[in-house]
Amino acid sequence: MTRATLLSMLCAILALAGCGKSEAPRSGATRVGVVAKSLGNGFFDAVRKGADEAAKELGAEVIFTGPTTPTAEGQIEVLNALIAQRVDAIAVSANDPDALVPTLTRARDRGIKVVSYDSAVAQAGRDAHLAPSSDQLIGETVIALTAELASEGRGKFAVVSATPTSTNQNSWLDQMRKALVARPGLDLVGVAYGDDVSDKSYREAVALLKQHPDLAVLVSISSIGIVASARAVEDQGLTGRVKVTGLGLPSELAGYVQKGVVPKFAIWNPIDLGYSAMQIAVQLARGGDAGKPLSMGRMGEVTFAADGVGAMSKPFVYDASNVAEFAQIF
Amino acid sequence: MTLVKLMRWESMLGLVLVAEVVLFSSLSPYFLNVDTLSDASFNFTERALIALPLALLIIAGEIDISVAAIIALASVTMGLGAAHGVGTPGLLGLGLATGLLAGCVNGALVTVGRVPSIVATIGTMTLFRGAAYAILGNRVLKEYPGSFAVFGQGYLAGPVSIELALFAVFALAFGLFLHRTRWGRAIYAIGANPVASRFAGLDVNRYKFALFALTGLFAGLAAVLLTSRLGSTRPSIAQGWELEVIGIVILGGVSVWGGKGTIMGVVLAALVFGLVTFGLGLMNIPGIVMSIFTGALLILVVAVPAWLQRR
Repeated sequence: MTRATLLSMLCAILALAGCGKSEAPRSGATRVGVVAKSLGNGFFDAVRKGADEAAKELGAEVIFTGPTTPTAEGQIEVLNALIAQRVDAIAVSANDPDALVPTLTRARDRGIKVVSYDSAVAQAGRDAHLAPSSDQLIGETVIALTAELASEGRGKFAVVSATPTSTNQNSWLDQMRKALVARPGLDLVGVAYGDDVSDKSYREAVALLKQHPDLAVLVSISSIGIVASARAVEDQGLTGRVKVTGLGLPSELAGYVQKGVVPKFAIWNPIDLGYSAMQIAVQLARGGDAGKPLSMGRMGEVTFAADGVGAMSKPFVYDASNVAEFAQIF
Repeated sequence: MTLVKLMRWESMLGLVLVAEVVLFSSLSPYFLNVDTLSDASFNFTERALIALPLALLIIAGEIDISVAAIIALASVTMGLGAAHGVGTPGLLGLGLATGLLAGCVNGALVTVGRVPSIVATIGTMTLFRGAAYAILGNRVLKEYPGSFAVFGQGYLAGPVSIELALFAVFALAFGLFLHRTRWGRAIYAIGANPVASRFAGLDVNRYKFALFALTGLFAGLAAVLLTSRLGSTRPSIAQGWELEVIGIVILGGVSVWGGKGTIMGVVLAALVFGLVTFGLGLMNIPGIVMSIFTGALLILVVAVPAWLQRR
C-alpha cells in the first residue's frame, strides 16, 4: 500500500516533468541546439530571440538550452543531451574554451556542425567562431561616435581605459588611433587607466576633466570606466559641455542617456548575435563551407579567417530611442 | 524491521528506475540507444564513485562536504604536475595522493581535533577551494599529455567507458565490504551508537579516520577522471558537486542519522539521478526546472520515510 503510494507519487512527478514536450522531432527541419552560458540570463534570452527570428526565416528549429549555473560541467551535460538527439548543428557560448573540446569533438565526429558565438571554443572543438565584432570595427565605431559628439567633428578627447596590460583594451586603442588618421579634427590628448575599478576610474576621469578644461568628449572602452566617467562628468557639473561615449551596458547607462551625459554609446546587440549565429549554424548544417563567406541574412556576410574566427558587425549604437528597451535585457 | 524497510526502499528505487526508462523511451525516440546511454553514463559516474565511500561515512554517522573542493585541489595539483612535465602515471598518483591527503586532514580534524564533521568539512571545503583559486586565479592549466585523456574519455570495450567499468567494479567491492565483512558491520554499529561501539571494543576513531581518508581518495579518483574528461583545470571545477553527491547517497536510502543504508540503494540512486537529468535534458527541459525537480525528489525521499515512521 505505502509502496504503491510512494511509487505513484514519484511517477506522477516524472510524468508531470515529462508532459507537454512529448512530440517526436519533425523530420526534415534543420535542428540547431543553441546553448547559453547559463539560463535565466537576460543576455541569452535576447540571443534566443534572435535565433528564433533566424529559424523562422530559414525554416529551421531552435532548441534553446543551457546549464543552470555557468559551469563547463553543466554545459557538457547539456551538449551530451543535444548530441543524443542528433541535432544538425550546435551554437554554443562556452563557459570554458578548453573543457568543451572533447565533447564537441565527439559531436563533430557524429556529423554535427559546431559554431561558437560570443565566448569562443578552442579551435580544435569547432567549425567556426562568430565574434560579436572585431578590434578594428570597435575602434572605428568608437572614433565615429566621438566625431559625432564633438561639435563639427573637431575637438579634444581623452580615454579612460582599464589596465595598461589588458590585451583587449590595448588593441582597441591601437585601432582607435588608426581610425583617427582619417579624422584630423580630433585630438587624443590623454589615456588614463582606471583598472576596471569603479572608484579609480572615477578619480582618473575627474583628473582628465581638470587637466583638460576644453575637453569635448570623454571616451571609455570599458563598461566600468564608462559609468565612472559619466558620473565624473555629472558630478563636475559638465553635463552637456563634455560628452561621454564608448562601450558600455544599456542597463548601466540608461539613466545617463536620459540625462544627456552619455548621448550615445555602443556595444554588441545580443539579438543580432543570436540571429547571426543561428544563420551560420543552419548554413553549415546544410552543407555550407566555413572557408567561404557565409550569409547572415539581414546582418550581411561574414568571412572566417584562417583560425575560423569571423566578426559579426560593428558594435550596435544605443541612444535615447532604444536604450530603455535594451536596458531590460542586459 | 530495518531489513524489510530497506528492501522496500531498494525495490522502490528499482521500480522508479524502470518507470524512468519506460517513460523516457516512450517520450524520446533517442533514449534507448546504446551510444546515447553510454554518453549519459558520464553524467553521473564520477559523482557516483564518490558516493560509494561517502555512503559508508554517512552510515558511520559522519559527513564530508569538502569532496568537490578536494576535486578542485587534486585537479590543480595534477595540472601543475603536468605543466612541469609529469607523465600520465605520475599524474594519476598525484591526483590520488592529493585526495588521500585531503581526506586525512578531514579525518584528523574530526578524530584528533574532535571538531564535528559538518563544521570541519565546511572549513576544509572553503580551504581547499580557496587554495585552488589562490594557486590558479584566472589561469587555466591544460598541458596534459595526450595519453592522460584515457581515464575520462577512454572505453574499456564497445560502449562501456573506463569510468563506467570503474564504477561497476568499485560498487561491487564496496557492497561486499559493507555487507559481507565484519568491518562493514562495525561501520553500521558505529553509526547506530558510537558510544556503545566503543564500549564493545571498536576503535571508533580509527574507523572514522579511515573512512575520511577513503572518501578523500575517491574524490582524488573522481578528480583524475573529471580532469581527464575535460582536458583542462580551472579552480571552479566540480563546483556544487558536494550537494549532488550527498543527494545521491540520501536518495539511496542512507539515513542522515547514521546506521542505515545499503550500497545497492546508492547504486540505484546514482542511476536514477543520472537518468533523470539525462532524460529531462533529452526532452530539453530547462536546467532550472530540472533542479526544481531533483530538489523535490530529494525532499520527498527524506520526508516520506520520516512520515512513514510517524504513522
